[in-house]
Amino acid sequence: MKLTSEEKKMLEGKCGKATREAMEIIVALGEIYGAKKLIPVSSVQVAGVSYANLGEAGLDYLKAIADAGGKVRVLTTLNPAGMDVENWKTLGIKEDFAEKQKRVLDAFRRMDITVTCTCTPYLIGNLPRFGESIAWSESSAVCFANSVLGAKTNREGGPSALAAALTGKTAEYGLHLNENRQAQVVVEVKTKLDGTRDWGELGYAIGKKIGNKIPFITGVKKASIEELKSFSASIATYGGTALFHIKGITPNKTRKPSGEKIVITDVGMIEARMALNDDVPDGLVDFVAVGCPHASIKEIEEIARMVSGKKVKAEFWVTTARATKNTADTMGYTKTIEEAGGKFACDTCMVVAPLKGRFKVLATDSAKACYYARGKNEFKTKFGAMKECVQAAIEGKWIIE
Amino acid sequence: MELKGRKICKGIGEGEALVSKDAISFYGGIDPETGVVVEKGHLLEGKSIAGKVLVFPNGKGSTVGSYTMYQLKKNGKAPVAIVVKECDAILAVGAIISEIPLVDKVEGLLENLKDGMKVKIDADKAIVSF
Repeated sequence: MKLTSEEKKMLEGKCGKATREAMEIIVALGEIYGAKKLIPVSSVQVAGVSYANLGEAGLDYLKAIADAGGKVRVLTTLNPAGMDVENWKTLGIKEDFAEKQKRVLDAFRRMDITVTCTCTPYLIGNLPRFGESIAWSESSAVCFANSVLGAKTNREGGPSALAAALTGKTAEYGLHLNENRQAQVVVEVKTKLDGTRDWGELGYAIGKKIGNKIPFITGVKKASIEELKSFSASIATYGGTALFHIKGITPNKTRKPSGEKIVITDVGMIEARMALNDDVPDGLVDFVAVGCPHASIKEIEEIARMVSGKKVKAEFWVTTARATKNTADTMGYTKTIEEAGGKFACDTCMVVAPLKGRFKVLATDSAKACYYARGKNEFKTKFGAMKECVQAAIEGKWIIE
Repeated sequence: MELKGRKICKGIGEGEALVSKDAISFYGGIDPETGVVVEKGHLLEGKSIAGKVLVFPNGKGSTVGSYTMYQLKKNGKAPVAIVVKECDAILAVGAIISEIPLVDKVEGLLENLKDGMKVKIDADKAIVSF
């Protein structure tokens, strides 16, 4: 692999220990994947922020980088943490966990990382443009950035994304190269799509069939940002793909693949919905969480309208980025939702917060959340539209079958 | 015998070989406090990787595995060196941040090396000798 004189300097330790170690990671990955050179990145999203996932070792590692003077060279934002940084007590987080989580964020802050914790950085100011190379972790954001924005990123892990931030570089391989961004399988959609639930189901149905192949999706007439956000999360969770093309919707150019073709009909959608819904005695639901990926201001406005003047029976969480909640505060949506008994959980989400054992049944509009709620937290799940979830929160019961 | 591979993470490590024909997930597969393999049904289940030259085909599992390797090193329970057939990003990153010498693509190693044999990994030269 060819390195520039600036890159060599970093590797030789002339820009400090933290930069040297980061450059060693970038170069090693480049060699493993056969990259010819390094390329600059304009934006980084770092995962591995929740103390529940990092543990003491992860915290030590991050502290060591900050102590060695490591500073990021490009705009860098964080994935959700294990708790709402301000409101953790109300959400039932224990004191010692909160203390450790704060130390994690402090280490990131010392590296000049923008310590906003969200899986939707593109909604709050970390918005790369078409064609730019970036280094993002967080599978749903990676999928959204590659497919909807047309930026270019591989699926980074926490440490490799951080290494890209500290050097401003990544190795040129995988999805940074146009020849690897071509569609591999045609997916014909023959069903009506309306709302985030439908797009979550579609992501499940396609993901289960094609794995991590790149689909060329036809038969879709319109898609909102919220729907594409839901789809990105679902297809990345159930398939592992990091890039999709939708004819007439997404901006990337691609060759239309010949050969393999998959058709998604109403049957496939119903199968997906059934797979995401568990049998629950009397339909009782004790936890309702919406905002996976983090809710947009438009979704929060809808929720406020639906709960206005009502009271919820189940624990009801709206997970979102703090910046989005600040806008909701201004608009009065927060007050409406909180008066109905709902809670905002900013900076965090039901996937990374330490929730195991606290609830039995989760109702959500997110296909991705179902996967992690079942695996990691051992909840049963009910999956439906935002309206159905809000209804379940009010009744304490899932009423749609 | 001296075999040539590819350097992933620099350094030199020497010790007894611990050979696995199963892939290894550091996150969830190995106890970071003790270095003991805890994955149910794994060929190395119950054995400790601490202080060994760990030889296995490839990594698997969560990206958090890189941090588990770091945790093992902090606890003094890490292997002195690692040799794998095919290195992935999780192992490479884990080895670099934990300063564990790592070499991959060593032809004929899994066939010729047995548990308990003394082996030296010179990752700088990408040479395995035993």
